[in-house]
Amino acid sequence: MATSDNNRRKFIATTLQSVGLTALGGLLWSGYSDEVKASALVLRPPGAIKEEDFLKACIKCGLCAEACQNRETNIDRHTGLSKAGTLQMAKGGDHQLIGTPFFVPTEVPCYMCEDIPCVPVCPSGALDQLSVSNEAGELDINKSRMGLAVVHKESCIAFWGIQCDACYRACPLLGEAITIEMHRNERTGKHTFMLPIVHDTVCTGCGLCEAACVTEKPAIFVLPNEIAKGVAGDHYVKGWDKADEARIENAKAEETVTELSKEGTAAGYLNSGDLY
Amino acid sequence: MKNIKYLLLRRVTQIGILLLYFGANAYGWSILSGTFGSSLLFGSVPLADPYTTLQVLATGFVLGSDVLLGAAIITLFYFVVGGRAFCSWICPINMVTDLANWLRRKLQLDKEQTTHRFLKRKARYWIMVLGLIVSAVVGIAAFEVLSPITIMQRGIIFGFGAGVSVVIAIFLFDLFGVKNGWCGHLCPLGASYSLIGKASLIRVDHDHEACTNCMKCKVVCPESHVLHMVNKESIMVTDGECTNCGRCIDVCGDDALKFSIRNYLKKEQ
Repeated sequence: MATSDNNRRKFIATTLQSVGLTALGGLLWSGYSDEVKASALVLRPPGAIKEEDFLKACIKCGLCAEACQNRETNIDRHTGLSKAGTLQMAKGGDHQLIGTPFFVPTEVPCYMCEDIPCVPVCPSGALDQLSVSNEAGELDINKSRMGLAVVHKESCIAFWGIQCDACYRACPLLGEAITIEMHRNERTGKHTFMLPIVHDTVCTGCGLCEAACVTEKPAIFVLPNEIAKGVAGDHYVKGWDKADEARIENAKAEETVTELSKEGTAAGYLNSGDLY
Repeated sequence: MKNIKYLLLRRVTQIGILLLYFGANAYGWSILSGTFGSSLLFGSVPLADPYTTLQVLATGFVLGSDVLLGAAIITLFYFVVGGRAFCSWICPINMVTDLANWLRRKLQLDKEQTTHRFLKRKARYWIMVLGLIVSAVVGIAAFEVLSPITIMQRGIIFGFGAGVSVVIAIFLFDLFGVKNGWCGHLCPLGASYSLIGKASLIRVDHDHEACTNCMKCKVVCPESHVLHMVNKESIMVTDGECTNCGRCIDVCGDDALKFSIRNYLKKEQ
């Protein structure tokens, strides 16, 4: 009797221990995993699906980065060696989810290859070929939305009145994604401000403008779409624009209900003498 | 030469495969590109790691058919050649843990046999299941964020960065911590391959008649419990945890161990 009792006690103890340690491990592991995926400031390859889904889908195989590295145009004409590609695979210390592809425009921007070698090789669906294809089903890199260029006007020397159109000239969608807006320079009275304005319906977020920017730290830079863009919401509509009106077609009015006091009328409350 | 035949073959395979992966990125070779998570063989045949695939599926993402087909191909392959052949013939961490294990023996760190109350060899199966649960809860492939296997492989292909610390940590853990600690106790990938290869065809066969009970095989075996039949009975090593590394065959001076093909038609004695 005593041994079977001991055995049972031992069995319960080891089971409890296993379950407890597994729970401990699970909590630590979940906490760690949740932390490492938390970096929102990251630019993904063309065609990348929504970041939250991308983190699930990417199988970290590196085929996109290898395709990027090995395109023919990446070979240095003088040395014959291939240069660093745009896409990097996040390693320890990059503070991105390890093993996922990303790029840093100031290091190597995306040169927007017309054949988009990085997208069709993706086996998992983390890079969506349809999102970078036109109606005819052909690849169209201009449809990619890797991010959105944003100008910080206080550090942009064009806003100071100094003539610079480096970003405008570097843009692969010249005159479309960035246009120059001209204003009279009242300070000198005889010069023009030539201001770069980014258009988010065209900008692909390739980062060539950021790489070309002449200031010490670029005054134009690419941010992930979710961070760079605001949302006007249903409360505002361009009443003169039919397309914008369609946007709020399904909007529901917010109705708030205020419950009336059941303890008599307001006047009664004021006259009740309970004010102090 | 005889007693390092399989060791040498394994190192050539391991390094050769890493070289092919490295060349795919550095020189544009298309023999074997990608990483273990998902690869392309000859630029067309998809390959994918089954456990990695399961983790992604656990996050709720509907994977592309290339990965699913690749995982099926790999599962089938290791179902035949022995699941954990991946561990000893392909996985780069195997070189790290083998080195740690070799140093352990040279430094005689195992003279005082210690039992690890908290860490049992079964732990890896718990971790394997846990990895899928965490993947589902957090929404990312959970083992992939800390897997030293792919961190080391990507390190070799794309550059290590701070990831090298994970590899050093595994080395130190196996050397000064638990004997065969990573591969034999913790690694959920190895656990998944143990299950895949449970019924595999290529196995180590033991000949009890020839055995002189020198126990060299058990000393060198990273999963020595799978050799329970040594000097007891002439049967095959059928435990899925055997990595088919062939070290036991190398060190055996009596020709009592050899690779053989499991015969399901013949009744197992």
